[in-house]
Amino acid sequence: MTYSLAHLMGGILLLSTFLLLSQRRLAAMITLYQLQALTLAAAAFWQGYAQSEINLYLTGIITLALKGLLLPLALREIVHRFNLRRAVETAMPMALAMLLGVGLIGIAVLVVLPSTMSAVSLTREDLAIALSVVLLGLLVMTTRRNALAQIIGFLSTENGLVLAAIGMPGMPFVAEFSVALLVLLAFLVTGIFLLRIREHFDTLDVTGIEDIERRGR
Amino acid sequence: MLTFALRLIATLLHAALVFALAPLLMGAVNKFRAWALGRRGPPFLQPYFNLYKHLRKTTLVPETATELFALWPVTAFLATATAALLVPSFCTGLLTAPASDFITLIGLFALARAAAMLGGLETGFGFGGAAAGREALFSVFAEAALLVVILGFALLAHSITINGIAVAFAAGHIGISVSLGFALAALLAVALTETGRIPTDNPAGHLELAMVHEALSLEYSGRFLLLLEYAGMLRLLLWMNLIGTIFLPFGMARADDILSWPLGLILWPLKLGVMAALLALFEISTAKMRVFRVPEFLGAAMLLGILAGIFLFVASRIGT
Repeated sequence: MTYSLAHLMGGILLLSTFLLLSQRRLAAMITLYQLQALTLAAAAFWQGYAQSEINLYLTGIITLALKGLLLPLALREIVHRFNLRRAVETAMPMALAMLLGVGLIGIAVLVVLPSTMSAVSLTREDLAIALSVVLLGLLVMTTRRNALAQIIGFLSTENGLVLAAIGMPGMPFVAEFSVALLVLLAFLVTGIFLLRIREHFDTLDVTGIEDIERRGR
Repeated sequence: MLTFALRLIATLLHAALVFALAPLLMGAVNKFRAWALGRRGPPFLQPYFNLYKHLRKTTLVPETATELFALWPVTAFLATATAALLVPSFCTGLLTAPASDFITLIGLFALARAAAMLGGLETGFGFGGAAAGREALFSVFAEAALLVVILGFALLAHSITINGIAVAFAAGHIGISVSLGFALAALLAVALTETGRIPTDNPAGHLELAMVHEALSLEYSGRFLLLLEYAGMLRLLLWMNLIGTIFLPFGMARADDILSWPLGLILWPLKLGVMAALLALFEISTAKMRVFRVPEFLGAAMLLGILAGIFLFVASRIGT
């Protein structure tokens, strides 16, 4: 029972990350990110109950408040204020991105399974899911030209890390806490960064920066 | 002998219920959709009235049509009706169970679709041809996705008949697995396309340029139109039965155990009602997508099916 529920939540998380990859609109991406974070919070609470570990409840609360509610609100505010309701430019065709995504999930599965032969069998599949979420988040970052979409990819990568952490018994809470803080800081920094990009180029498309880079060389 | 008689009765009951209730299901979806939009909506029995109306109208045949004009609606209807008989509704173990092979089902869908497409092309007018082309484009991806999803089910249930899958899933040895979630998502995407609902087609739309399923039947009237519309209603019920059998197999009766029938007969309409309400809610909360984004949508479904397969291989390796 413990296993199947945790597994189900991992599955929802992976599914929402995969859908994140296939979405063009920022609003849909933010909704999917929120779904991902809420699932993660539920998974943390469930693992806390199953392992009777108070730290995991704390992780769950942090995830719920910070990533499930605060960050999506902030992201929506940015979308609203910058008037980013148009479709997001993608760096490669969607079909190719999704094919790459399936390939990455396959790689994650192939890497995790042989290298964790000695571990408890139940955590192995969850670890494969977590690694897939991390890799898919990175892929979202690389396939989008819009800076905000890249941030969402980054945030979902972090969700994958937390998923791996809560699945492992005995992970120190300090590590998770500092990761959460780090993400918040990174979000603030990139928020300011977004403002600066916007001031200079009147758009959040990062191709402008690439142009400058090319001219600088 | 008694078992056989019971199975025969169950099969006849199944057929009667499916053929009688298909328009009602369509009416329920329309009604729920209207309610969710804050309207009163047509009565639940409206599809029956529509079918009766078509029955009384003259059947016209366009001048440019060939002799085969009458063949396509009949073929489409017969293929869909056969498929509807194969997919279990309230109980497993029907007489049609051994034939309810998933591949057979895909073949019947393809036959119905091909007949409808040829019917659209028959008179050589533009909208029918365009719609047939789109239908062909969608079906390439939808069929591929379905075939991939079957692989997952076959690995899980060790059977590729719908009946066998239902029995294996109802027994509950399989438990929740990530791959089932992926397979469900893929199957839902294909089901929405096959039944011509939003986001791939608009069942209420009357803009010829955007229509797919409706444009195929534009030249048909009277009894031919009745057959085509009834086939569409059967298809909706058929897909809901399929998804209900595979993913909500709880409370399904067994054909050779008459005591389990009442529960199955009560739960089946409930499941259909819930699915109709969910479909209506989904339809009002999404927009129809552009035609050329549909292959992408179905491609994603296919990839989800592949992912389901990948995770099943993982699970089987963990088990050993």
